[in-house]
Amino acid sequence: MTLTTDATPEAEQVIARHNGVGPAVAGLTTSAVGVAGVWIGLAGVLGAPRAVQIDWLVPLIGVALQLDPLGGFFIALTGAVAVPVGVYAIGYARREHLGVVPLSVLPLFVAAMLLVPAAASVSTFLLAWELMAAASLILVAAQHTRPAVGSAAVFYAVMTQLGFVAILLGLMVLSAAGGADRFADLSAVTPGARTAVFVLTLAGFGSKAGLLPLHAWLPRAHPEAPSPVSALMSAAMVNLGIYGIIRIDLQLLGPGPRWWGVTLLAIGAVSAVYGVLQASVATDLKRLLAYSTVENMGLIAVALGAATLLAASGAASAATVAMAAALLHLTGHAAFKCLGFLAAGSVLATTGLRDLDRLGGLARRMPATTILFGVAALGASGLPPGAGFVGEWLLVQSLIHATPHHTTALALATPLAVGAVALTTGLGVAAMVKAFGIGFLARPRSDAAAEAREAPTSMLTGMAAAATACVVLAVAPIVLATPLRRVLAVVPASAGADPSGLGTVLHLPGLAGSMAPGLLAVFLVVAVLAAVVASRWGSRRRPTPAMLPLWACGADDLTARMQYTATSFGEPLQRVFDDVLRPETDVEVTAFEESQYLVAKVAYRARISDVLQDLLYTPVVQAVTFCANGIRRAHTGSVHLYLTYGALGVLIVLLVAR
Amino acid sequence: MRGWIAKIARVGRVTEAAGDLPQAVADAPTGVLGTLQVRHVDAGSCNGCEVEISGAFGPVYDAERFGARLVASPRHADALLVTGVVTRNMAQPLRNTLEATPAPRVVIACGDCALNRGVFANAYGVLGAVGDVVPVDVEIPGCPPTPTQIVAALRSVTQR
Amino acid sequence: MNLMSYLAGAAQITGVALGAPLVIGVTRQVRTRLEGRVGGGVAQPWRDLRKQLRKQQITPHGTTAIFTAAPPVLAGTTLLIIAVAPLVATGSPLDPVADLFAVVGLLFLGTVALTLAGIDTGTSFGGMGASREITIAALVEPTILLAVFALSIPTGSSNLGAIVAHTIDNPAQAVSLPGVLAFVALVVVIVAETGRLPVDNPATHLELTMVHEAMVLEYAGPRLAMVEWASGMRLTVLLALLGNLFFPWGIAGPDPSAMDVAIGIVAIAAKVAVLAVLLAGGEVFLAKLRLFRVPELLAGSFLLALLAVTAANFFTTRA
Repeated sequence: MTLTTDATPEAEQVIARHNGVGPAVAGLTTSAVGVAGVWIGLAGVLGAPRAVQIDWLVPLIGVALQLDPLGGFFIALTGAVAVPVGVYAIGYARREHLGVVPLSVLPLFVAAMLLVPAAASVSTFLLAWELMAAASLILVAAQHTRPAVGSAAVFYAVMTQLGFVAILLGLMVLSAAGGADRFADLSAVTPGARTAVFVLTLAGFGSKAGLLPLHAWLPRAHPEAPSPVSALMSAAMVNLGIYGIIRIDLQLLGPGPRWWGVTLLAIGAVSAVYGVLQASVATDLKRLLAYSTVENMGLIAVALGAATLLAASGAASAATVAMAAALLHLTGHAAFKCLGFLAAGSVLATTGLRDLDRLGGLARRMPATTILFGVAALGASGLPPGAGFVGEWLLVQSLIHATPHHTTALALATPLAVGAVALTTGLGVAAMVKAFGIGFLARPRSDAAAEAREAPTSMLTGMAAAATACVVLAVAPIVLATPLRRVLAVVPASAGADPSGLGTVLHLPGLAGSMAPGLLAVFLVVAVLAAVVASRWGSRRRPTPAMLPLWACGADDLTARMQYTATSFGEPLQRVFDDVLRPETDVEVTAFEESQYLVAKVAYRARISDVLQDLLYTPVVQAVTFCANGIRRAHTGSVHLYLTYGALGVLIVLLVAR
Repeated sequence: MRGWIAKIARVGRVTEAAGDLPQAVADAPTGVLGTLQVRHVDAGSCNGCEVEISGAFGPVYDAERFGARLVASPRHADALLVTGVVTRNMAQPLRNTLEATPAPRVVIACGDCALNRGVFANAYGVLGAVGDVVPVDVEIPGCPPTPTQIVAALRSVTQR
Repeated sequence: MNLMSYLAGAAQITGVALGAPLVIGVTRQVRTRLEGRVGGGVAQPWRDLRKQLRKQQITPHGTTAIFTAAPPVLAGTTLLIIAVAPLVATGSPLDPVADLFAVVGLLFLGTVALTLAGIDTGTSFGGMGASREITIAALVEPTILLAVFALSIPTGSSNLGAIVAHTIDNPAQAVSLPGVLAFVALVVVIVAETGRLPVDNPATHLELTMVHEAMVLEYAGPRLAMVEWASGMRLTVLLALLGNLFFPWGIAGPDPSAMDVAIGIVAIAAKVAVLAVLLAGGEVFLAKLRLFRVPELLAGSFLLALLAVTAANFFTTRA
């Protein structure tokens, strides 16, 4: 998938003139909004809850805002993601010639995302949600001259609106059953209404978070959006889906019954495994990162489900640990996914390529971007000392400590959940090794990759800021200890145990187990240095070191195209899981005219589409089209018939309202 | 599997006794005695020497007890064991293989073909003997050389 | 936690670092003797390593810093695992990081380093080895974590020292149903992680059958020595960990005396030797599996680990 933006010199000058100040202003505004968000969010987490009611802003219902630890956490997180993205967008918008509309909507998008966790009533929430969705749609369609962007934007718009309808219905049922518009004024809700709200909000918020089966928009929209927007969407917007689940289902509706936990656990496990499987066979860098988002959101849903299930089964300490795992992993994911998309964007900006099969050798041309993407890949793989390790460690610890309180459901669910998390980790490492190794190491597989240049300073600064956050979260998660404690106290599932043991050494509250990620990183560095020193033994007798051509079994004419590509790297996994992935492969062998036994050319084509989209969405779309075609018959064009429809409608309303 | 265990017990050790240590022809690479990683290169042989080499590393003659071991990559090797006359196609790969071997290294030419073109002296595909293409340190004459001679040549390098 | 504990830790690090080539030598000698040969002796790998350290260091064109950094990272992660694992004494000075999940993560990190080096060579064989290695490592991960889960349930913790101490106090644990199932699953895991038969043949010369060896075809001299030494250390520490998790008798306690440490050293050396002989002896009767049969083997071991966890959940009395 090559992006060709070869403008003529005159057009370039015109664009340069128009883009002179725009990117800088938009980027700095976005960062400023982000900084404000971090400040407000931290005030909400660490200070006392505050509420604000602005009646004149929206007629009849007004805007109700509140700042409590849970909302403040998500506001601070969103703001923290927006800061490096804003700085990065300055350079990126100049390079990619983004227009006035996307540049001006970017800070508005961040502001809308900051508004959602601050909403204190159903109407404000829905308003902020739609603002966020509309802003994101405009940004996804920013480079709409490319054909793939148009179809992706339409797909995204439809799925977002369907999700919004589900959320709307769910929150309306909640508001009606609870008897109030403001969250704080809701009274207890009947079990039937609870179930309805849970199912509807899980569908709607789950779709926004990228959980199966309503995830298909994610791997289509994220790659086509401009990279700073992809970073914001993957690192900040999907978090709001999780926020919705926590706020409505886990906090407002109280600690859920066991089946809620099992449902969340199941959906999360399936999302995680499917997402990472698709990532491990993806050859498009941004699609790989998008499916990795699906995977991580699945893991967070597993953590939320585990917390609910454990709390309902009486294992309070384990439930607290699971909730802490969810929040820590959310933060870590925001950091490394933001960095990953920003680095992918800088590769795209200089080479015009997202296709890993044609990248490579970027470590020599773009060393800073390579190191930064390496930090992101280490975090995404969940290995120590990466940013994703602590969250996954806490999650697995919460699952294995469930047993003293076990019921049959727990005893059967926890091993399967651990197995799913483990498979996710393994495949996630494979996906990230492929992305980093094939994309950045060895030699360039195409001319565009061979002519790559390092990203400009603003983009590097933004990426470095995100990388600093990754490193801090990896070695010193203690910086989140106090905010985490405040948030855990307000969620019923995790309010049972005291998480004060989470310091430099993470002591599990009330359970046996500890981990010191900072110490682990230090010891690892010491051990590697010891190995380097050990290898110096005998160095005095060595002949002078040499740089020689590759051995490669003595072949003389080794070209860069003879290296392994991303497709070949993922092929064993594709074969093992081909029942799930259903790849379409086509091998075309062209022989010489003279003899069909002498092969002239072999062409291999593989296409892995999203299986769920083909299995679930296509029949639904076909059914809707069928019904729509049926209803078309009612559109005869006769004004008399339309007036009859109107009269009938008024008659029915009058009868019902009586 | 029971049959195999019975056979192992019945056969026991079949290795023939080692002879006297031959004189050193080339210095043991790096000065550490009793270790030699050998990479075999077939530059154009009839495979007669290869059969004898596999016998030399087999249970009866057991070259491994003197520290010699066959390895897959020249980067892991100290010695190249070249068999056969050097054909035109294999000349450059043979040079590449030698260049890929880290110093210090030795080249062992095995068989009459490798030493002086042997029976293929006037063939059209032949470039020359191994010594015409790369410098040779140890020579093993014979067509084919016996495993005993091959083991003796390896021992002259490993000094064990 | 006294001076003796620190001495025990130092002893276990130096012991494994120096003894790893011996363990490789033992496995080779067992195969040699069963084949009716004499072989080079158990000290042959030491000689080979000493020689490799004196050879020329070669950096191929087109590789990056990953190629040069991978051997130290592989060796470093393995050294950290050795320092953390309870081999000679429980209660290591590094107890906060002595978690079984951290050990699994460090193992995987070492594999990742070597895999990236294989890709970095830019040759077809390097990429092929890397692709196969990462597929096997990814599919082995669920089995490892579930086996760790099964071991943690009776103990109530995944801390290595706690698991070993619990097994010493409850000897019946080692022969219980979950213990046996977890043991078999972990044996398959160790075979897959260290690249032994039937998953991978460490002595093969056929590049198309290689998994681990294909990634190191371009390494020469000191870097090759470090890779081989680190691989030997991984095998040794995994065998030692297997021995101590299931048969921990002989290990010194948290406050050992000099005699306890000496007994601990002898005990772990004996256990590793026995396990190495059994491993090598078993390998003689096995052929390497086709690459796409390996996932079936790993799925079988996953099932065993899942059964181990279920059995532990329902049949063990809680600590």
